[in-house]
Amino acid sequence: MTENMNVVITGHVDHGKSTVIGRLMADTGSLPDGKLEQVKASCARNSKPFEYAFLLDALKDEQSQGITIDSARVFFKTQKRNYIIIDAPGHIEFLKNMVTGAARAEAAFLCIDADEGVQENSRRHGYLLSMLGIKQMCVLVNKMDLVNYDRKVYKQVVRKFSRFLRNINMNDVTFIPVSGMEGDNIASLSKNMSWWKGDTVLTLIDKFRKEKAPDHMNFRMPVQDVYKFTAMGDSRRIVAGTISSGTLKDGDELFFYPSGKKSRVSGIENFTGESPDEVSAGMATGFTMTEQIYVKRGNLVAREGEKQPQVGNVMRVNLFWLGREPFVKDKEYILKTGTERVRMRLFDTVKVIDASNLNSDGMKKMVERHDVAECVLTTQRPIAFDIVEDFPETSRFVIVDGYEIAGGGIIREAIRDNQAEYRDKVMDRNLKWDTGNISRAERSDSYGHTPALILVGGPEDIRKADFAKKLEQHLFNQGRKVYYLGVQNVLAGLDADMTVKRHHLYPEDRDEMIRRLAELSNLLMDVGIILVATVSELTFDDREAFRMSVAPIDVQTIWVGSTEGSDVTADYTIPDAAEADSHLVSVLNLLKECGVCK
Amino acid sequence: MDQITQLESLGIHILREAYANFRNMCMLWSIGKDSTVLLWLARKAFYGHVPFPLVHIDTHYKIPEMIEYRDSLTREWKLPMVYGENIKALEAKQTFPDGNVDRITCCRLLKAEALKHTLNGDWTRYRFNHEADEYQVDKDTEAYTGVIVGVRSDEEGSRSKERYFSPRDTENSWDVGDQPPEFWNQFKTDFAPGTHVRIHPLLDWTETNIWEYIEREKIPTVSLYYDQGSGKRYRSLGCGPCTQSVDSTAKNVPEIIEELKSGKFANIAERSGRAQDKEDGGGLETLRREGYM
Repeated sequence: MTENMNVVITGHVDHGKSTVIGRLMADTGSLPDGKLEQVKASCARNSKPFEYAFLLDALKDEQSQGITIDSARVFFKTQKRNYIIIDAPGHIEFLKNMVTGAARAEAAFLCIDADEGVQENSRRHGYLLSMLGIKQMCVLVNKMDLVNYDRKVYKQVVRKFSRFLRNINMNDVTFIPVSGMEGDNIASLSKNMSWWKGDTVLTLIDKFRKEKAPDHMNFRMPVQDVYKFTAMGDSRRIVAGTISSGTLKDGDELFFYPSGKKSRVSGIENFTGESPDEVSAGMATGFTMTEQIYVKRGNLVAREGEKQPQVGNVMRVNLFWLGREPFVKDKEYILKTGTERVRMRLFDTVKVIDASNLNSDGMKKMVERHDVAECVLTTQRPIAFDIVEDFPETSRFVIVDGYEIAGGGIIREAIRDNQAEYRDKVMDRNLKWDTGNISRAERSDSYGHTPALILVGGPEDIRKADFAKKLEQHLFNQGRKVYYLGVQNVLAGLDADMTVKRHHLYPEDRDEMIRRLAELSNLLMDVGIILVATVSELTFDDREAFRMSVAPIDVQTIWVGSTEGSDVTADYTIPDAAEADSHLVSVLNLLKECGVCK
Repeated sequence: MDQITQLESLGIHILREAYANFRNMCMLWSIGKDSTVLLWLARKAFYGHVPFPLVHIDTHYKIPEMIEYRDSLTREWKLPMVYGENIKALEAKQTFPDGNVDRITCCRLLKAEALKHTLNGDWTRYRFNHEADEYQVDKDTEAYTGVIVGVRSDEEGSRSKERYFSPRDTENSWDVGDQPPEFWNQFKTDFAPGTHVRIHPLLDWTETNIWEYIEREKIPTVSLYYDQGSGKRYRSLGCGPCTQSVDSTAKNVPEIIEELKSGKFANIAERSGRAQDKEDGGGLETLRREGYM
């Protein structure tokens, strides 16, 4: 079967991308019959000169403005391959469209007007192509007819732009002098540039190497979903996703991050025909497991004996910003990487680079539209990811501001945070966890609900416990398997080796107390019940410890009493502890909405 | 991995992303080859299940074989099938075949309008009841906020500008100049209340890819695509009065692929038999901006 390749064509506005493609299509007989005549006739009717660019600019908007607004896709064939040529817009306003087009490509053409020379977007596009992960580039020094096909002008552009490309580690680059308007060096060698003995656009395109799917790398698959469709007697529980690198086969031992829980592939599932023995990078697949552990969308799957992903909530990244509003601190955003989706904030800007000239500004504290920056991000809870040197695919992320994708980038480094030490312990515990013959899913089916952890926090006050007990009673009356856990039950027992008077706890003792409570909670989650636990003066770090311990089960936080001095954002706050009872119904509704009391 | 498997994988990936992100979703099934391939991808993505309704806009001028084929596959595959229609325009005979409006207006009324009101749930939907073996008024009148559509970027100019996940406002209209960025398989899945999204898993497929996949997977297609001995067949399916058959003796899928690759259709656009395109100077753009697929 013939090969397929996506190639993007980019460059500064008016440097002639659409003309080059139009010409390439026309001169290789790649247009549908009558298309050229139809566009020529339409130009004649409207008394304007015919341009090859009109062939591509199929939309009315674009014809009237004469610029490419969106990335248009053109199908083009050579003996060797089927190409999709993506015509990306050069105008700065449409940078997000250029990124969209370029991210789908394996190689890039970049047009530079020989007469105007290297411009802002020539550099910006070069930088973005590099960050998007495109390794092969061919620079077309276009409009050579306007400079009398002068070799010196061509050489000057090559010299200047090569230096820039070297600075951004773009090393696999070739140059060709062309004229899209006149058809020089497009489909055949130009008679006007006898000094040029290199490739034409047509011969060069076949020299782009086909990027190999990363089959040879270690296995990674972001979990898209876990399917349990019961219709037509189907009882399979299938973990579905698209493999981003490596291969997967029957019997493989897998780890699921960020929890680090373990299971084994019992079968690769297929809808039609025989199940394949092995599936590899790029394939949309799904598998069943021997042990039914709790897995959910957003988890990252790795294989035993291979390099495992990073888990953390602080990361150093390179990113580009497309949003209308700048990227700032003290504002909440959503980070999406793989299938994970988590709330995040900008923690710090290391340096902000103006992509058009690569000048960096270390003092700038926000990232503005069309800037490129090195930043530190924090996520609301620990997530699994990779760093770009190890696994480019799973190091990529986008940032959502409001409803829009406003930025994208690559993760360069995982930074150790406050929770790192405990997280390592939790992961070690999960790796060693020995499960009985009854899975969590079976328990949930039998109990009629999934396990849940409800933390009731607030200042020291007896009414917090009263409220938690009432909540327990209500859930119990509804037929749930529910248990109230007061902190003193633990202090006098599990924690008897520590100073029992809470007020005299050293900070490190308090950390250990929280760790034990979190571990106990995790055991009770494995039992399958709903646990209502009170923790006085619950802090953000405490809650993170619980979250990490019981992941991937969600933790709901109810706050009773004054929130003064607290760093926790609760799911539900009862400001006046005396009125706690009147909030019971709302809390129960909230739990229902969160899926706790389905 | 070969090209067809690559296209299939991306299609399945997109369907699964859509299913994970949108609760009130449906898939449009025009009965044509493209949306039938889409239906097949859904059955592969969800292991034989189709976990959202399939919606067909019945103009009542479809070629009869199309409706027969729709209902027989619905029964065989136990599909969650729903159809909608513009009953007012049909009763008032505001149609091109009745001679009262032009082709474009007819398309707008029987397709774009019917689609809009079927999606938002304010016109009656009919759902196939498998036990009763008949269509019944659908009690579910909630708006579909995610709509999966089988358009391909090689069909005509405006479709080549589409996103995999393409937002539409409450009026169904499409702002071509201001579309969300889409890269690294990350799609726009956050939406303001009142907007909805079109999902296009087949965007990168060509007409030839569609037939190659139908051949590989042995997907059943409607008989109108094949020459039954008259030396004519349909290349693209639509309403009877506005869709012309083409001269062709291709009797099966391999013969169609051969015809597309090197034969008489290698350089002729697929929709050349669709009359409404020619009346709209910007390809289908005017209709598409208003909600046509």
